[in-house]
Amino acid sequence: MSRHLAGLRAWLWQRLSALYLAVYLLLFLLHMLTDAPGSYSEWRASLSDPWVALAMMLFFMALLMHAWVGIRDVIIDYVQWSALRLIMLALTGLGLLACGLWALDILLAVMK
Amino acid sequence: MANNNNNRPVFLNLFRIHLPVTAVLSLAHRGTGVLLFLLIPGLIYLLGLSLESPQGYQQVLSLVEEPLWRSVLILIAWFLAHHLFAGIRYLLIDIDIGIDTVISRHSSWMVIIAGIVVMLITSVVLL
Repeated sequence: MSRHLAGLRAWLWQRLSALYLAVYLLLFLLHMLTDAPGSYSEWRASLSDPWVALAMMLFFMALLMHAWVGIRDVIIDYVQWSALRLIMLALTGLGLLACGLWALDILLAVMK
Repeated sequence: MANNNNNRPVFLNLFRIHLPVTAVLSLAHRGTGVLLFLLIPGLIYLLGLSLESPQGYQQVLSLVEEPLWRSVLILIAWFLAHHLFAGIRYLLIDIDIGIDTVISRHSSWMVIIAGIVVMLITSVVLL
C-alpha cells in the first residue's frame, strides 16, 4: 500500500481527496440546512438512491485515503523506532481498511 | 576538524522557542488531523445507528440534546473547520497564492479566526 501511496503520488492523492471531502462536506451541510430529512424513513430513503449512496461511499474512500496519507506522514515523522513504526503503520492501515468495509456494508444494507 | 566540539550546548527549552504563527498553524493542522482521524470509527458507527432503526435514528438525534455531547460536537466542528480552512490555505500556497511571508502570516490569522467563528456559529445553532 505504501509503495503505491508514497512520494509525489501520495502528495497528489492527499490534495485530490481533500478537494472531494471539502466539496462533499459543503454540499452535505447545505442540504442539511435547506432540506434536512424530517424522519427516519426520509433519511433512509434518501440514502437508498444509488447515486447518493455512491457519493457517500466516495466520501468515505476519500476520507480513509486522506487519513492514511496524513497519519502515515505523522508516524514516519515522530516514530523513530522502526519496529514500532511498522506496527503502527500496519494497525492504521488495517483499521482504515476495516472502516471502509464497515461503511460499505452499512451503505449496501440500505440499498437492499 | 578543529571545530568538532561534542560538548556544544543543546537548547531545547520548548517554552523559550517562539514559533511564528505559520508554524503554529502547521502544528494545529496535524493535531486536528490526528484527532479527526480518531473520530472516523465513531462517525461510521453513528451513520450505521441512524440507518438501522427509527430508535437508532432518534438516539443519534438526541446526542445533540445532551450538554456533554453538545460541547463535544462544538469542539469537533471547530477542529474540522480549522483543518478545512488551513487545508484550503495549503492548497492555495501549492499554486503559489499567498506564498509571501507577510501574506502567509495574515492568512494564518484568518484561518485561526475563521475556525473560531465557525465554532461560535455552531454553538449558537446548537445551544
